[in-house]
Amino acid sequence: MTEIRTVATTGNLVVAEAMRQCRPDVVAAYPITPQTTIVEEFAKYVAQGRVHTEYVTVESEHSAMSACVGASAAGARVMTATASQGLALMWEELHIASGMRLPIVMANANRALSAPINIHCDHGDAMGARDTGWVMLFAETAQEAYDNTIIALKVAEDPEVLLPAMSCLDGFITTHSIDRIELLDDDTVTGFVGTYQPQNALLDIDNAVSHGCFAGLGGPYFEFKKAQRMAIDRSKAVVERVGNEFTKVSGRDFGLVETDMMDDADVAIVVIGSTAGNVRHVAKEMRAGGVKAGIVKVRCFRPFPHAELAAALKGCRAVAVLDRAESFGAEGGPLYLETRSALYDLESRIPVVNYIYGLGGSDVRLELIHRVYADLSDIASGSAAPSGLVYLGAR
Amino acid sequence: MATLKELTHREDRLAGGHRLCAGCGASIAMRQIMLGAGTDPLVVGCATGCLEVSTSIYPYTSWKTPFIHNAFENSAATVSGVEAAFKALQRDGKIAADKKVKFMAVGGDGGTYDIGLQSLSGAMERGHDMVYVCYDNGAYMNTGIQRSSATPKGAWATTSEVGKAQQGKPQKRKDLTSIIAAHGVAYAAQGSISHWKDLATKAEKAFAAEGPAFINVLATCPRGWRSAYNKSVEIAKLAVQTGYWPLFEVEAGEWKMSTASRALIKAGRKPVAEFLKPQGRFKHLFAPENAALLAEIQADVDEYWAYVMGRCGEE
Ligand SMILES: Cc1ncc(C[n+]2csc(CCOP(=O)(O)OP(=O)(O)O)c2C)c(N)n1
Repeated sequence: MTEIRTVATTGNLVVAEAMRQCRPDVVAAYPITPQTTIVEEFAKYVAQGRVHTEYVTVESEHSAMSACVGASAAGARVMTATASQGLALMWEELHIASGMRLPIVMANANRALSAPINIHCDHGDAMGARDTGWVMLFAETAQEAYDNTIIALKVAEDPEVLLPAMSCLDGFITTHSIDRIELLDDDTVTGFVGTYQPQNALLDIDNAVSHGCFAGLGGPYFEFKKAQRMAIDRSKAVVERVGNEFTKVSGRDFGLVETDMMDDADVAIVVIGSTAGNVRHVAKEMRAGGVKAGIVKVRCFRPFPHAELAAALKGCRAVAVLDRAESFGAEGGPLYLETRSALYDLESRIPVVNYIYGLGGSDVRLELIHRVYADLSDIASGSAAPSGLVYLGAR
Repeated sequence: MATLKELTHREDRLAGGHRLCAGCGASIAMRQIMLGAGTDPLVVGCATGCLEVSTSIYPYTSWKTPFIHNAFENSAATVSGVEAAFKALQRDGKIAADKKVKFMAVGGDGGTYDIGLQSLSGAMERGHDMVYVCYDNGAYMNTGIQRSSATPKGAWATTSEVGKAQQGKPQKRKDLTSIIAAHGVAYAAQGSISHWKDLATKAEKAFAAEGPAFINVLATCPRGWRSAYNKSVEIAKLAVQTGYWPLFEVEAGEWKMSTASRALIKAGRKPVAEFLKPQGRFKHLFAPENAALLAEIQADVDEYWAYVMGRCGEE
C-alpha cells in the first residue's frame, strides 16, 4: 500500500529525498548554487548511514560526470545534480554519457550562464544541453521535481531507452521556496523504479568488454548515432508509459505536455517550468474577463512532443511561446523553434509570437503575462503580430 | 617479487595485433606493469591518446581485461567512478564480499601532466584504491608531437619549433612524480621500460598498496623522438644512465633511489648528451652555437639528480 506523507519543504530537499529513495549505488557531485542543498542533503544521508551509496566528492563537475560515466559503465545505478556553469563544464561528458548509452540521472537547478555572472533562474543552462542526447523533464513545482526525478530514473534505465535523463527545476523559485509536497513511502518508490539490470557491465569481470572504443576511420560512428536517435525516439512512449504507471501509484498526473483551459481556447501560451503557475493564474483572470485563454505546459522537452503540442494548439487563433533562454542568432528561443516546427503540419497557419522573459531571474510579474494575453487577443481579432521576438519586461 | 619465469607464465592482458608503432614504449610499459600487477582481476581505464586509439578500434579490442575509455583529461575521475561502483555494489551484496578487483587508470604525459592533472590530483586526494600509470613519452604524440609539460628542455616538437628565434622547447620538464608524492599517496614511483624487473616490482608494490598509487614510466616514442624503432629500450636505458630519468620510489612518504640509479652514485652518470644524441628531436642542440644550451640542459639534469638524491637521503 502506498503511504503518502505530506511535507512542507523545498524542491531541492525533495529531489535529494527522491534520490535517496531511488537507492543509487554511486553519486558523484560538485556543489553549485542553486543546486547545493541537494548535495548537502545527500551528504547527510551518507553520514547518517541511511544510504548504501558511494558518494564521490569530486573536484569539479567535469570529474563529477566523468566519475558518473565510469560508475554507470561499471554497472552501478548513478545519480547526480548540477546547475549552470557546472552543467556547462560537463558539456563534453554529457555527450559521452549519452553516446555510451549510460542511464545516469541528473537533477539540474536551472540557473543563468555567465557572463555576466548571475545565480538566478533561467533555462539557458539546460537549453544549451538540449542536443546532447539526454531525456529532459522540466518541473513546474517542487512536487513535479520530485515526481520527475523518479520517473526519469525508470525511463533512463528502461532497456528500450538506456539514455541519461535530466530532471530540471527552476533555480531558487522551485529549488528554494517552501511548498506543500506529497512524498511516497520508500518501498513504493524503490518498488516503482525496480532494480537496475546493467548490460555489458565493466564489473562483470568474467565477461570482459571494452567501453568507449574508437569508431573513426570509416568505423560505425554514424550508425551508433542513428541507434541513439532511435533510442530517444523510442523513449517518448516509455516516458508516457512510466508517467501513467506513476499516476497509478501516486494519484498525480503526468503528461509530456499538460494543458489547461485548452478545449475552447482562442489564445494560448506555451511555457516551461515554474512560470506555468503565473500563466495559469492569469489565464483564469482572462477567462473571467471574457477572453478564451489557455495554457500549454511542456513537461518533457527531450524527446520533444511535437504531435501532442500541435494537437493541443490546433484550434487557437494566436499562440505565444515564452522562452526563458536565448538561442542567439536564431529566429527565436528554443521552445519557440520547436513550437513553430510542430505547428507546420497543421492545415491552417496559427500566428506564433516569441517572448524571451525572465533571463537571470528577471521578475515575471503578472502584468507581463497579462500583456502577452492582451497581445494575443489583439492578434486573434485581426491586428498584426509583432515582427521578431519580444524581450518581455526588459528595460 | 615474482621471478621472470613466473612472469612469463602469467597471462598477457594486452593482446598482440594492436596498432601501436613498432618500437612504441607504451605497450611495453603496459605489459610490464600488468604482469607485475599480479593475477587478481584488473579493470583498466585509459585516457584518449596513442595507447587508447591503437588498442580499442571498434569492433576489435586488445584488452583481455575490462577496459574503459572516456575522454582525454579524465581517466583518473573515470576510474574513481568505477572503483566507487565496485565498493557500493560489494556493500550492497551484488558483488561477493571476498571478491578482489584491482583498478588501473592510464594516461599519456599530455593526459596526465597537463589536461588531466586536476582529475588525477582529485582522485589521489580522495584516496581511491587505484594505480595511476602515466606513460611519459614526452609530448602529445597522438595529435602529432606537440609539446607537453613533460617535454624536455630543448626538444623539438611541432608547437616548440626550432628556428632562428627559438631552439625547441624553452622550459624544462615538470617534475610530476614529486607533485603526486606530495599528495601523500600510498606509493609513487618513477620507472622506465628499460628496467623491466624494477618496473614490474614497482607495479607489484603499487597494486599491493592500499589506496592510491602512481607510477610514472618513461616510454620511448620512436616517431616523436625521431629515433630508430629498434633502439627504444636502449634510449630509455640511457635516460636512466645519464640521470635524466632517475629511478626512485616513495613508499609511505619514504623516498628511496632504485638500485639502477643508486649504482650511478658510485659508478658515475653518463653525460646527458648520450641520451640526447640518438634522438633527432635534439639534433639542433649539437650545433656549435647551441653549446651553451646543451650545458644548461646538463646543469638542469645535475640539479634534479641532486634534488632526488637529497630526498632519498643519498650523499
Ligand atoms: C579535451 C580534448 N582536448 C584535446 C584533445 C586532442 N588530443 C587527443 S590525444 C591528445 C594528445 C595525447 O597526448 P598524450 O597524453 O601525451 O598521449 P600520447 O598520444 O602521447 O600517447 C590530444 C591533444 C582531446 N581529445 N580532448
